[in-house]
Amino acid sequence: MSTLQIRDLHVSVNTEDGAKEILRGVDLMVSSGETHAIMGPNGSGKSTLAYSIAGHPKYTVTSGSIALDGVDVLAMTVDERARAGLFLAMQYPVEIPGVSVANFLRSAKTAVDGEAPKLRTWVKDVNEALERATLDKTFAGRSVNDGFSGGEKKRHEILQLELLNPKFAVLDETDSGLDIDALRTVSAGVNRFSSQGDRGVLLITHYTRILRYIKPDHVHVFVAGRVADRGGAELADQLEAEGYDKYVKAAV
Amino acid sequence: MTVETTENLGAAVETTDRISSHLHPVGSFDLDDHAIPGGLEEIWRFTPLKRLRGLHNGTYQSDGKIVASVEAPDPVRVEVVDRDDARLGSVYAPGDRISAQAWAGFTEATVITVPAEAELDAPVVVNVRGEDAAGAAFAHMFIDVERFSSATVLLDHAGSALLAANVEVRLGDGARLILLSIQDWADDTVHVAHHHAVVGRDATYKHVAVSFGGDLVRLNSSVEYASSGGDATMLGLYFADAGQHLEHRLFVDHNAPMSRSNVEYKGALQGDKAHTVWIGDVLIRKVAEGIETYESNDNLVLTNGCRADSVPNLEIETGEIAGAGHASTTGRFDDQHLFYLQSRGIPEDEARRLVVHGFFNDVIRRIGVPQVEERLLQAVADELAKNIALAPVSS
Repeated sequence: MSTLQIRDLHVSVNTEDGAKEILRGVDLMVSSGETHAIMGPNGSGKSTLAYSIAGHPKYTVTSGSIALDGVDVLAMTVDERARAGLFLAMQYPVEIPGVSVANFLRSAKTAVDGEAPKLRTWVKDVNEALERATLDKTFAGRSVNDGFSGGEKKRHEILQLELLNPKFAVLDETDSGLDIDALRTVSAGVNRFSSQGDRGVLLITHYTRILRYIKPDHVHVFVAGRVADRGGAELADQLEAEGYDKYVKAAV
Repeated sequence: MTVETTENLGAAVETTDRISSHLHPVGSFDLDDHAIPGGLEEIWRFTPLKRLRGLHNGTYQSDGKIVASVEAPDPVRVEVVDRDDARLGSVYAPGDRISAQAWAGFTEATVITVPAEAELDAPVVVNVRGEDAAGAAFAHMFIDVERFSSATVLLDHAGSALLAANVEVRLGDGARLILLSIQDWADDTVHVAHHHAVVGRDATYKHVAVSFGGDLVRLNSSVEYASSGGDATMLGLYFADAGQHLEHRLFVDHNAPMSRSNVEYKGALQGDKAHTVWIGDVLIRKVAEGIETYESNDNLVLTNGCRADSVPNLEIETGEIAGAGHASTTGRFDDQHLFYLQSRGIPEDEARRLVVHGFFNDVIRRIGVPQVEERLLQAVADELAKNIALAPVSS
């Protein structure tokens, strides 16, 4: 049983006009076996939360804490967080010319496991994961995210989720920009991950569409840098019908 | 890009091919036609003249020693010829003072001929070994790739030398050549060379410059077309360490219609006073309708104290072309690259290594010579193992 505990998190980003506070006191607790959806309008700070958990240097945590099984995550470097069991599927995966997917995946797996994967099983694992992600075998020879379509980038993120198998996955708008086939493929990958029973998912999304394929245990409405409402899956249905208006007005 | 023109076709045919530019001076075999550089001239201002050991002003110490050996598969002909061989100078006339000095200084030249329609199953390897960095040596080579033949030629430079050289390349109609020049010199070498190719009708030329070693390397690589439909790819990679000066000057003369060119150079710099220079120029003459060209140079600055000069130029005399563009970037590690890799658990130093490796691999895999790919990847790894690259760049 693992926990990801976020307490009173305040995060700023540096702008030309000085530091701007984006997260204004976020409290969130995710336990293994749970899927949490974080929903909110544009600019509410959803992605900032995702990047802050992963440790992106652009964001400064001014107060509050993030703990993984009681261990201070904020004291860890980006790579230490990943090795501790955190994974961020990015909204805009970064293109890295010249680094092949195969080389990248092997380097990441070796780093996360602390030892190189066994060659024979690894090749098989990668090929099977590629197939499940409906990606061609030649995909492994391409440069990381370089020239990938939007759908390929997202499926590549989910491929990594499956192969690295972290304790907690943060999915930052993994559903945005996907057609229905890619959305189904990506959702199936997330569901396989969470069906292990002892993994946690923090699903950040702008739309309710993906929640037809991934059933959240908890829904958090995110507005103006904090959680404005919490509920079960039924809260997502309510958002689908009514939108974010009432929360946005209340926050002004 | 298309530019509206009201001129009739006759007016579009140029009456002279002389287009004045410092980037492509008119060649001459006469040393006196080339003024001794003072250092302020546009074509010399990036080069530390003092380190040329007199190659530029005639004060060099003579009697340097260079040993060249050629391994060539059948049916390639390798000849050593005297200065008066008619082929020498038929493709290229020296474009600057040191090139003219090299022309004046050589006694015998090597001519490599790939006979018409021959398809080589192995590369021609020219091993150039310098045995003395104090005395100057001058060399001349002529590579004749006859029509419809296909060849790879590797010029493999190593050792200590003070060398000025000209390499003339002629591609016949429909010929294919990969000319790969590796500068893997010792730390005390000064190497100044011109590689000039004339690309025949529908011929395909790929020139690859790889510069890792040497105190000072200045390589001019230029291309012109004998007829329409020629294709030139000019690739380069270089890695400058502390104190090294690595300079690559590219010139593509689109003097024929429907020709294509693509120039792509990538370099990394590490250590105090590592200096790289990249000057690219593409001239699209009035006759060169329907051509397509792109040139790019990317520099990765790994530590403080380095300097990368990068100047892409494009001279356009006609707008009736398929496309023309250029790009130049010089920067440090992309934080986004490192973040992405680290977010997958990869430690920072290994992430840096992967990014640099990938940066070069992007070019290496386009060379198309499997025999050297592994060696070049290893050379990149060796450079990185010098460890300076892994020290974080303070910002």
